[in-house]
Amino acid sequence: MLNCQQITQLVTDYVEGRLSFGKRLAFQMHIGMCRHCRRYLRQMRVATKALGSLPREPIPADVKQELLERFKNWKA
Amino acid sequence: MKGTASSVASAEDTELVKSLRAGDPKAFSTLVDRHHGTFVRVAMAFVGDRSAAEEVAQDTWMAVLTGLGGFEGRSSLKTWMFRILTNRAKTRGVRDARSSPSALDEERDEGLPPADRFNERGMWASPPRPFGEDTPEKLVLRHESLSCIEAELARLPAVQRAVLTLRDIEGLDAAEVCNILEIGETNQRVLLHRARSKVRRALEEELGTD
Repeated sequence: MLNCQQITQLVTDYVEGRLSFGKRLAFQMHIGMCRHCRRYLRQMRVATKALGSLPREPIPADVKQELLERFKNWKA
Repeated sequence: MKGTASSVASAEDTELVKSLRAGDPKAFSTLVDRHHGTFVRVAMAFVGDRSAAEEVAQDTWMAVLTGLGGFEGRSSLKTWMFRILTNRAKTRGVRDARSSPSALDEERDEGLPPADRFNERGMWASPPRPFGEDTPEKLVLRHESLSCIEAELARLPAVQRAVLTLRDIEGLDAAEVCNILEIGETNQRVLLHRARSKVRRALEEELGTD
């Protein structure tokens, strides 16, 4: 049986599908019974998702222009 | 290195490379728009300074053009480009004395809740505080969440930051990231775990409510 502290250590292995069958089962059993660890798992997933939502930094117009110029010369 | 479907050039890559070699400016423009921002983000992990990161990103585009003729599709185009980028960023980082490989191994903070948040049986004594994770869509729109994440990213050790950027911001898979950063699969997962745990902790500290 895993405890809560172990869940916080194994959460990425779980999300990445890298736990053994037995550990995965133990992890899921714990999560099924423990609302705090369910929250922890959800917070890890939300943090991951939030990273994917960070605004894309645009390329400065002058930099892009210069790169395109270089590309023109490159192909020539 | 493990071979996966995403670690070799796709049909789309092949088409794109063909267009680039034919000198199609639209193809190059699309490629630059798609990746320049992440180039700068990943470079920041190693050089720490915005203008140096911009320079590294620009140099990388030049190196991509120079090397394109020899691109054989043994990895995806993205992997190949990010490898060029990280090699340049690492070199620049060492030159600027921002990072050295040994400094990366010395980190002690795993980003996990401290031991005193658990009782003697390892069960939560001070459980995780909610920070809006029930409405992730709203959370990611909040200015405080984004600035909190950006600040935490800036604090991460170089390779951790690069792993997190490539995996969770750019959306690459584990095998691609291992290939780009030349690290093992287990190491990649440890670095990812620490980095994600720290971002979670930062969000809890910043936005958590009792």
